[in-house]
Amino acid sequence: MKKIESLNEFVIRFANVNGTGSASANGLFAKAMFKLGLPVSPKNIFPSNIQGLPTFYEVRVSEKGYLGRRGDRADIVVAMNSQSFAGDIDSVMPGGYFIYDNTKDQSQNISRKDITVLGIPITDMCIREYQDPKQRLLFKNVIYIGALAALINLEFKILVDLIGKQFKGKDKLIAPNVHALELGYQYASANFSCPLGVQVAPSDVCDGDEILVDGNTSAALGAVYGGATVCGWYPITPSTSVVEHFAKYCDRLRIDPVDGAKSFAIVQAEDELSAMGIAIGGAWNGCRSFTATSGPGVSLMSEFLGLAYFAEVPVVLINIQRSGPSTGMPTRTQQSDLLACAYASHGDTKHVLLFPSTPSECFDMSAASFDLAERLQTPVMLMSDLNLGMNDHFSKPFQWEKKREYDRGKVLTAQDLDEIGRYGRYLDVDGDGICHRTYPGVHPDKGAFFTRGSSRDEYAVYTEKGEEYVKNMERLSRKFKTAQQYVPAPEIISSDIASTLGIIYYGTTEEAMAECTDILIDNHAPVDRMRIKAFPFNNDVRGFIASHEQVYVVDQNRDAQMRTLLINELDISGENILSITNYDGLPITGSYIAGKVLEHHKKFASKNIQVGEIA
Amino acid sequence: MSYLKSKFKHPNLVKNDLGLTYREYEGSLSTLCAGCGHDSIGAAITLACHELSLPPHRVAKMSGIGCSSKAPNYFLNNAHGFNSVHGRMPSVATGANMANRDLIYIGMSGDGDTSNIGFGQFAHVIRRQLNMMYIVANNGVYGLTKGQSSATAKFGSKSKSGTVNSMEDIDLASIAIEMGATFVARSFSGDTKQLVALMKAAISHKGLALIDIISPCVTFNNHVGSAHSFDYFREHADNANLSDFVPVREEIISEVAAGETKDINLHDGSVIRLHNAENEHDVLDRMSAQQALAKAKKENTILTGLLYVDPHADEMHDILGTTATPLNELGEKELCPGVGILDSINAGFR
Repeated sequence: MKKIESLNEFVIRFANVNGTGSASANGLFAKAMFKLGLPVSPKNIFPSNIQGLPTFYEVRVSEKGYLGRRGDRADIVVAMNSQSFAGDIDSVMPGGYFIYDNTKDQSQNISRKDITVLGIPITDMCIREYQDPKQRLLFKNVIYIGALAALINLEFKILVDLIGKQFKGKDKLIAPNVHALELGYQYASANFSCPLGVQVAPSDVCDGDEILVDGNTSAALGAVYGGATVCGWYPITPSTSVVEHFAKYCDRLRIDPVDGAKSFAIVQAEDELSAMGIAIGGAWNGCRSFTATSGPGVSLMSEFLGLAYFAEVPVVLINIQRSGPSTGMPTRTQQSDLLACAYASHGDTKHVLLFPSTPSECFDMSAASFDLAERLQTPVMLMSDLNLGMNDHFSKPFQWEKKREYDRGKVLTAQDLDEIGRYGRYLDVDGDGICHRTYPGVHPDKGAFFTRGSSRDEYAVYTEKGEEYVKNMERLSRKFKTAQQYVPAPEIISSDIASTLGIIYYGTTEEAMAECTDILIDNHAPVDRMRIKAFPFNNDVRGFIASHEQVYVVDQNRDAQMRTLLINELDISGENILSITNYDGLPITGSYIAGKVLEHHKKFASKNIQVGEIA
Repeated sequence: MSYLKSKFKHPNLVKNDLGLTYREYEGSLSTLCAGCGHDSIGAAITLACHELSLPPHRVAKMSGIGCSSKAPNYFLNNAHGFNSVHGRMPSVATGANMANRDLIYIGMSGDGDTSNIGFGQFAHVIRRQLNMMYIVANNGVYGLTKGQSSATAKFGSKSKSGTVNSMEDIDLASIAIEMGATFVARSFSGDTKQLVALMKAAISHKGLALIDIISPCVTFNNHVGSAHSFDYFREHADNANLSDFVPVREEIISEVAAGETKDINLHDGSVIRLHNAENEHDVLDRMSAQQALAKAKKENTILTGLLYVDPHADEMHDILGTTATPLNELGEKELCPGVGILDSINAGFR
């Protein structure tokens, strides 16, 4: 058997029982890799359950900077769940390493000869060391992290420092955690030949400025920096932590230290309808307001989104996309709400969408969404997903310009109203389709109007005249066209070698693209790339498609929703636009995308690639 | 057919403290049916706001969908209004109030809007203690869709087409008390005196003030067999109390013999004066109010007047701990934590 030998380039998979505190210990491991200066990509693949079901945590460490899932079997598997034991053995790469708790000897259940099996009597050690049953359970996880340090040559002090930081303020927890790490470290050092073939070493491949953070925390912080003050919400995985973090940051940054007064208001509503109603009411009344939800919430909010579109209320919706209805797969990632959001509601509606790819973009786009919504006076939706929202990502740091001012859009003050003639809420005075708002209560006898859906004239007076309706709808179309110039342009990366192939992608597919591109180059199929950052599409998007013979659109949904949106909105033929989709609930991989491209272009096919291989 | 509203203004119209006559509190010409109770409610709102000397533009008129929800267009033209989504006025009003606590909120809804499609929002806006006068123009019937019964239509009553309502009716006042409303009243669209007094008290009350107003639908629910008709109301009405409202600055001059009145001080110093307060129904006692409503139901009467009040309860902003400055007046300076703090946040993720 040839054992895997690899430095700073590997995948480790932790198989645990959910509800046992493993996510925290596994997160500690990911953070230690980050501390070494290594690009790291942890993925928590968890069930819709509180306690007892199998849960997996996969960490990819890649000095090459490949942050997408590798998608094949893992180099190291730590198996702590008897329910998933058989599958966990299968999930080790040939030549890889299998670490398990051998308190109960399982060697007769391990028939593979092509892997190295390392048994640690973790349960025994915990029973011996700890009296409290809860501690016996919790420290199991910390012990295998300690053992891993010895096995992969991770400097022990890094873990000790991280524990110190994690339990700052709860200092009495530090010593027992460090003790548990030591137990594991010492056992591995004494019983195995350390280190293994898979090892880590400090790296200077990064510039040291990067952060490790999840997208929901980042979007929440973006809302704080963007000046959001009103939030209505309803709990739903995977969006819940957006509002939880918003509340946490507001508690820290927006409470007057003298009188305790809060410059924000958050209401947990009775359902998503109400959550959106609250956000709309706040926005109507001059606050930057938002809600956060996931697919089922979008469905419930759709009627209100239509009202906000027609009434031209600048509300922000942060949508953390996930798989379909009910419970189970909804704890897995997808990009499946594109069409539901782009055209949400009854009547003729179109909405502005933003597609962040990284935590720093979640921050930027979340803050920018309030500017955009107020500039355009329409709902703006931030289209994140579970992978981006709930997993830590290796990211550029958050940035904010010192003198940045909010763009509150066209709002008339009492003085403005005094200086103009008759005020018309829906009067397009400068031709961009965007009219002037007034906040309620602004002026004693000018500027007041009755906000309605569709039936009004330019002066907000009730009318059911068809020609007035048409005029208004045409203006709304004009406004949506104006939006093109305000939303972020796509990111286009041209291949070093001229290419007739283009790949279009968006959101978290970004993390798989560096690896995908390298595989394609290795297989003599260089591609130009375009990452779409927003809807409506601007002319760069049209130009990219027009200038390539063959274009692939990568969607993490079944129905190729981005491809549909492109063909429909750009009014182009789909003949040369092929689709690559992945919707099994796991983040898409670079090898999968590359495999699909090569499958279509057999002339580039290489035996090095197993087409469409995903775990 | 075209309508024009008279611009004539009688020179002797009474001016309030702001120097405004009630004409400055009126709205556009109503398009509701001639004789609709909702127009009387609008007129009472006009009078109440005028008599309280509220600056009209400092009121926000919130509504859902339905005949009732069109009505805010027909009063307070200088106030912003929001004709939102069917049954969802309470959530929009919540958000609006979160954004600016200094405006006066009047929520105008109907029985379908509140007791059917919006029943959940009704319950939860009460639990949140939103500072708002919540008016239900209650006629027991859907008007715009032409005559279907709503959930407040009395059990056993007949629709215009002759269908007998076989489902239990919802008593919004009773539900409101159950959900924790701190001001609950019932009145009749035709009783302007009582309505105006209750509305003035409701607007002055801190917290959610529900007034369930029987407001007959002259087109679809004013026939024999209806329990929301003018005749039915007159035959079954029972005043819980006759109330007066005394604003903050006025001296109380009682025309009623001592011992028969009861004064309730509101948080802002104004007073609700109840005139036949000697009955066993204590409006400050939740259980007593519920018993009075249950008794009225058993005796097949409609109890009107102030039913329950808790003048000292917290409203939503007290509960949320929001700053006294309306949130919509805050800008970058107050809201954006700045570059230095962002640097330290970044450091925390390294």
